[in-house]
Amino acid sequence: MPASTFNFHPLEESTGVGWFQELQKKAWEQFSQLPSPGRHDEAWRFSSIGNIALEGFHQAPPPTDEQSILERSQGITPLAAQLVFGNNRLIHADTSNLPQGVILVSLQEAIKKHEDLFRRYFMKEEARLGSLKLAMLHLSQLKEGVFLYVAPGVVVDKPIEIWHWVQGNRSALFPHTLLVAGAGSHLAVIEHFSSLEEEPLLACSLSDVVAEEKASIHHVTIQDWSPQAVAFHLNTTSVLQEGSATSLQLHRGGHFVRSENDSRLFGKGAKSMMLSIVSAHGAQEFDQRTLQDHLSPEAKSDLLYHNALSDQARTIFSGLIKVQKRAHRTDAYQKVSNLMLSDDAEANSMPGLEILADDVRCTHGATSGELNKEELFYMMARGIDESRAVKLLVRGFFQTVLERLEEPQLKNYLQLLLDHE
Amino acid sequence: MNTLSIRHLYASIGEKPILEDLNLDIPQGEVHAIMGKNGSGKSTLAKVIAGHPDYTVTSGDVLLHGESILGMDPQVRARLGFFLAFQYPMEIPGVTIANFIRAALQARLPEGEELEATDYYAELYAKMDTLGIPRSFTARSVNVGFSGGEKKRCEILQMMMLKPRCALLDETDSGLDIDALKVVASGVNALRSSEIGMLVITHYQRLLDYIVPDRVHVMAAGKIVLSGEKDLALKLEAKGYDWVSA
Repeated sequence: MPASTFNFHPLEESTGVGWFQELQKKAWEQFSQLPSPGRHDEAWRFSSIGNIALEGFHQAPPPTDEQSILERSQGITPLAAQLVFGNNRLIHADTSNLPQGVILVSLQEAIKKHEDLFRRYFMKEEARLGSLKLAMLHLSQLKEGVFLYVAPGVVVDKPIEIWHWVQGNRSALFPHTLLVAGAGSHLAVIEHFSSLEEEPLLACSLSDVVAEEKASIHHVTIQDWSPQAVAFHLNTTSVLQEGSATSLQLHRGGHFVRSENDSRLFGKGAKSMMLSIVSAHGAQEFDQRTLQDHLSPEAKSDLLYHNALSDQARTIFSGLIKVQKRAHRTDAYQKVSNLMLSDDAEANSMPGLEILADDVRCTHGATSGELNKEELFYMMARGIDESRAVKLLVRGFFQTVLERLEEPQLKNYLQLLLDHE
Repeated sequence: MNTLSIRHLYASIGEKPILEDLNLDIPQGEVHAIMGKNGSGKSTLAKVIAGHPDYTVTSGDVLLHGESILGMDPQVRARLGFFLAFQYPMEIPGVTIANFIRAALQARLPEGEELEATDYYAELYAKMDTLGIPRSFTARSVNVGFSGGEKKRCEILQMMMLKPRCALLDETDSGLDIDALKVVASGVNALRSSEIGMLVITHYQRLLDYIVPDRVHVMAAGKIVLSGEKDLALKLEAKGYDWVSA
């Protein structure tokens, strides 16, 4: 990764908050000092990062076509609330139906109006799966984002939807999402990352998800960047005692997409489910790194990643289950499956376990295989054309991941989305 | 008119010949049974007629309503009205029964025409009721976690929905208890008509108490070695197969 050509422009004085600018300044220094990642780093093994240029991108200017963005921001219905961002700027907010006790504001407003609360949660967990430099670039360049806080005990019974749009040639985008489900609250969020055009772009998004005691949060991300996008998606999930977090990432777009998903099970009896569906075509590369970090006893984590690879697509999966010393009676599972639809596609899987506690149940596994020819014949023997049968089998391969998602509205929406591919 | 005509059929898997000079006619409206020992080539015959790519037909012909189907892909044969109830139905994770049968019916419609969903579900539910399949099965993945009996009922459900002109049941009775056997047989008997020809492959005479055939054929070493009326099945049950090939 050659040095980027970004300049440092912290959030303007007008926000009136020195601490944030100070963070940005430090982040810029760290970004400048940290070495660029390369394949020689274990955290970037098999990655094509060395061939990915971060030069020639610029902070995205205001979008020129807000109307198109708003028209195309049609996702799930009914909704509890919707925010639409275009090129890092909030262009639409509908929060009127939110129950009492829910704060859903832009990052700038959070800094101004909810400083203490926002500061308590903002970027508390360091990026540790290889992309610290990119996390620091993200922070130093940060202009806008989402702050969602649900007060203890509040149930948001419909999903909250967030759109991050990008427009313009060689735009750089830094979407930021901070989701906090207070103790005993319930929350479902769906985020779309979408391009208005098929231009080259750089996206460096960071999301922090916090499920406090006995809270439940579902977080779905649908990544549909332009086929020329270089994208980094850094996600950290923190779950406290008996809290539950489920994340599902659906990756479809992009040219080079790096996704880091770090789950930290801080509390006893915490649960984290990590799901991912990747549909890789052409020369796309999806580089996924995960960590299931068990820091307390009796927690459960379950990871299921399904990749379907066509053409010359590449995927890389490296995942670690780490069971810390005091995390007895841990349940941890990790499974990645690669469905190879082309002889030229390449899947690299590196599952891993590091267990320091006793009395744990951990399994991990990685499989790569072609479509089952007998299943294909069975479908064709019913009159279904081969191409349609392949589509149905791939759809079935993705469906086994969707089945794990327990939030019915999000599940139905994703099913329809995949049915219409 | 014969629903199915098999003429001097030779077929092999790899270099190994399995069917050798097999001849069989199933007139429209009739139900025939093929019995035979394991390894006599019964299931190979089923796969060859369905168009399984692992088998090579080296000579002979298979005619469906007078039309040769050997050069056709499996899906084309199916759309012409051939149906194979599999001995070992495949499990298809993530594809529901409802979507699977729907895709099969949709494949039979002209380009641009959409299957009418309300009618489809009404018919599907009615047929599931007939076969004693709980309606919750529509949302389950095809054959995943099904018992042997459930898989076979699901095969018959597909047959009833796709309404073939020629049906071949490959050891549909294997793995069924007597109650399941009766349900499956009633489903098959409900389809019997002057329009359809059926071939029932079985190892045991028991199935033929419920699906009474017009003719019974005995297969050995890749060909039909004896044909007779339905009481031939009883004779085979009593005396075994060895006297036939001897």
